[in-house]
Amino acid sequence: MASKVIQAIYNDDDVLMLAVKRVKEAHHHIEEIYTPFPVHGLDKAMGLAPTRLAITAFMYGCVGLTVAITMMNFIMIEDWPQNIGGKPSFSFIENMPAFVPIMFELTVFFAAHLMVITFYMRSRLWPFKKAENPDVRTTDDHFLMEVSLNDNEDELTRLLVDTGAVEVKVSEKH
Amino acid sequence: MASHYEAPIREPLVTGEKSYHDVTVDVAAPVEGRANKQWWIVFSIALVAFLWGLGCIIYTVSTGIGVWGLNKTVGWAWDITNFVWWVGIGHAGTLISAVLLLFRQKWRMAVNRSAEAMTIFSVVQAGLFPIIHMGRPWLAYWVLPIPNQFGSLWVNFNSPLLWDVFAISTYLSVSLVFWWTGLLPDFAMLRDRAVKPFQKKIYSLLSFGWSGRAKDWQRFEEVSLVLAGLATPLVLSVHTIVSFDFATSVIPGWHSTIYPPYFVAGAIFSGFAMVLTLLIIMRKVSNLEAYITRGHIEYMNKVILLTGGIVSVAYITEFFIAWYSGSNYEDYTYLSIGAATGPYWWAFWALIICNFIVPQTLWIKKLRRNYMWSFIVSIVINIGMWFERFDIIVINLSKGHLPSSWTMFSPTFVDVGIFLGTIGFFFVLFLLYARTFPVIAQAEVKTILKSSGERYKRLREDGNSLVGTGADSRTSDIVGTTKENLDQDTKNNS
Repeated sequence: MASKVIQAIYNDDDVLMLAVKRVKEAHHHIEEIYTPFPVHGLDKAMGLAPTRLAITAFMYGCVGLTVAITMMNFIMIEDWPQNIGGKPSFSFIENMPAFVPIMFELTVFFAAHLMVITFYMRSRLWPFKKAENPDVRTTDDHFLMEVSLNDNEDELTRLLVDTGAVEVKVSEKH
Repeated sequence: MASHYEAPIREPLVTGEKSYHDVTVDVAAPVEGRANKQWWIVFSIALVAFLWGLGCIIYTVSTGIGVWGLNKTVGWAWDITNFVWWVGIGHAGTLISAVLLLFRQKWRMAVNRSAEAMTIFSVVQAGLFPIIHMGRPWLAYWVLPIPNQFGSLWVNFNSPLLWDVFAISTYLSVSLVFWWTGLLPDFAMLRDRAVKPFQKKIYSLLSFGWSGRAKDWQRFEEVSLVLAGLATPLVLSVHTIVSFDFATSVIPGWHSTIYPPYFVAGAIFSGFAMVLTLLIIMRKVSNLEAYITRGHIEYMNKVILLTGGIVSVAYITEFFIAWYSGSNYEDYTYLSIGAATGPYWWAFWALIICNFIVPQTLWIKKLRRNYMWSFIVSIVINIGMWFERFDIIVINLSKGHLPSSWTMFSPTFVDVGIFLGTIGFFFVLFLLYARTFPVIAQAEVKTILKSSGERYKRLREDGNSLVGTGADSRTSDIVGTTKENLDQDTKNNS
């Protein structure tokens, strides 16, 4: 793999989108794109696989529901059944309607928190993590595309400048 | 690109000649600038109120609940009123960020950050009241499902008060991560602009190292969407469960099947009122007039009109049923002829005037687009919604099944002090937030700038292409190869 990348900076999202299409057409490998805001359709244009975080949220929600049912069944039915205001607590199904609110809340609790934790882990986001955007302007109004370099610096520079990059420079890959 | 199209008839959501860089600068300005005198004055007042409230809380906990005005008949009063009031206010934030996201309402982007901050800060205030009311707050962990050996028996999962524990803690924590996830790119923007090392350190820490990769954004958008999908039923469930505290009891006036939808509508009603109160001031003080426009105020007033209408229908229903039932016990419920003419007539009419009559003025377009009137109405609704909960709790309890125990409630200075204290605490938090956090979701606003910004709408209507119009001369200090010097090189070489 190439150890060097060429960084092209754009100052418009539409120009960037057109550039991505041209770079892909010319069969260059786009390593990464840093943008200040989500550019609609960029992931598809780059050929990124769809994220599976929503599926994990569903599974975490199922875990939450299971935890809620198991916990309330153990506490209210198995371990210490009580007669509370004459309400039946002798079998789970008789007592179940009173458990619905907490079954719902724990489903949401597990799905939301575990999905967000998964997102933070997958995208490597946590306190004291160092930011990795190569240029500070990419959180303001600039867009940075990194293309891997294979002894074709001149050709690539020409192509990238042609697509409307305002700056092109070669950098070590990190 | 064509995807930026928005009907010309729609009011622009960002007014003025704003570029992407302008959004950055405008959102960062309140954080990077210094606090002015007014900020310090308001902050000091809020801090004093907070400290006064803290003193009252310490007095309550060290002496006992007897320092409140509660009596044998009215065993719940200001504490639960304040609790429900604050939880209700805490409903607008997640509604704006979740429900309006699902409905693709773009105007939410200018207000969602502050509304969510308001949500979190007001749920914090709400949570204080049940804990203080326990009398022994150091045993608050007894509400958790822990085995009998730790002190109490297992908690009772049949109790709506326990459902509240789960609902409110889920709501608070999910709102917090929703808010924080949305904040990461904006903290990253502040981090990358910071020049002072200390500021840079703080915002690096807060932004969790956000770098804005394409894959991060793809996940970010998916997470936002799924969280919105989860938070939408969550926000509806929270006030439903709060209403169960009353509706599952047998007290006349509380035992009512319309409580859940009616409470949820009332919560959104009061939450939007508080958002308006805060943002009408904030847009001026923080110079955000271009982002929180007259149109935004009008959209929020329309939500108030809708939810206020739902609440009004509920009032009429309750009033009618109290009369139609023919039951003596229903004569003195909080919406009845007995309440309207009895000793609590003032609380009854405060509710009707503030929540039912005054908001109707918003049907007039001129009034709902007027900042001053919107501000006044929002304050009136805040007061009215406090009275709604006061009426539900105190009026209903004051005249129960046993006439010999009928009595009135009068608060002590401690009741008043704790309430004022939470208002102070809320404003302390909100004022600190307004000076240190990006108060507008700037990354999201940038995504709609080309479709809904005034400048871009005009460019498009004039038949211009928007390709390349994101450039800003102030941010392009060129290092490295550019088209000009590449052409120059080629020329020199040949």
